[in-house]
Amino acid sequence: MCGATEGGLSLNGINTDIEAIIQGQVTKGGEPVSTAYVRLLDKTGEFTAEVPVSATGHFRFFAGDGVWTLRTLAPGAEAVDTPVEAAVGSIAEVAIAI
Amino acid sequence: MSRENALVTAAWVEENLDNPQVVLVEVDEDTSAYDRSHIRGAIKLDWTTDLQDQVRRDFVNKAQFEALLSDKGVANDSTVVLYGGNNNWFAAYAYWYFKLYGHQDVKLLDGGRKKWELDARELTDEPVKLDSTSYTAQEQDLSIRAFRDEVVAAIGSHNLVDVRSPDEYAGRLLAPAHLPQEQAQRAGHIPTAASVPWSKAANDDGTFKSNDELKEIYTEAGVDWTKDTIAYCRIGERSSHTWFALQELLGEPNVKNYDGSWTEYGSLVGVPIALGDERGEA
Repeated sequence: MCGATEGGLSLNGINTDIEAIIQGQVTKGGEPVSTAYVRLLDKTGEFTAEVPVSATGHFRFFAGDGVWTLRTLAPGAEAVDTPVEAAVGSIAEVAIAI
Repeated sequence: MSRENALVTAAWVEENLDNPQVVLVEVDEDTSAYDRSHIRGAIKLDWTTDLQDQVRRDFVNKAQFEALLSDKGVANDSTVVLYGGNNNWFAAYAYWYFKLYGHQDVKLLDGGRKKWELDARELTDEPVKLDSTSYTAQEQDLSIRAFRDEVVAAIGSHNLVDVRSPDEYAGRLLAPAHLPQEQAQRAGHIPTAASVPWSKAANDDGTFKSNDELKEIYTEAGVDWTKDTIAYCRIGERSSHTWFALQELLGEPNVKNYDGSWTEYGSLVGVPIALGDERGEA
């Protein structure tokens, strides 16, 4: 699938033309983190969604147009906030180092 | 019900892993999560196959629920402790479901699977099979379950609490943002419903906020404590979380969960819908 992360989560069967996709990978010291939670906060800071990362540290959201914040929680690490801009019909790739 | 009876901590669960009176049950939106790892001794309930009729859109009936719990090894006097991912959304849904069928001793692990993982507590992939039982359920307690007609009748007269995210409430999103947005139903919310996202009741680690904090949150959002309350979301699982906070933690009477929620309401012909961030008129 065009635009999908190589080695990331599959977008098979998803109509990416109508989705504002935010996806990426969580790493620590350059290595993927397999136990972490990424939450999507809206422009006011309100919780919108949360996913556990995959075994390879990948995550994905289907948001809307606009500015969002990704908050990453992992054992033994401080929460990390990462801003991201999403737009329908595109994929925003985010690399998060904790 | 009270907070002390309805919630247990991760430390309590760890201390009771070998207590035969306690049956740990994992329920996740991602039904494969348990198979990858779970708390030692926990059994799995699959909300899509175990708790849903496979033909009609409805719950399994009393006889099916009895057969399910008997097969899973849950006894009528078991202390059932539920936990799961997504900040306990589906565990809260299962809690409400156990209450619907009259199970007496059921509790939620505060913070669910996320809190357990963030604490770096042990998980295992060892299969679990408990000895079967002969479980007897009660008839559904419809004092905690709302159906569509009473939801429509509640517009402008009862507390309606929409617990979805603000963007779903306003109609800017059709589903939680970890799911694709392509949906059949209309967007928006039930007119007069207050927007109180489920997440306001939880801390970042998934544990519930204190009763004082919860009371303040719902009061500020305009919940009239003298009126009956119906909570809803998209399919009834996040609203189970809010039902739990209102009825089981705060001890509020007359709180119902509308499990049809937005996937039903947003597909009904002719019912009123409000768009945007305001509540809308009755």
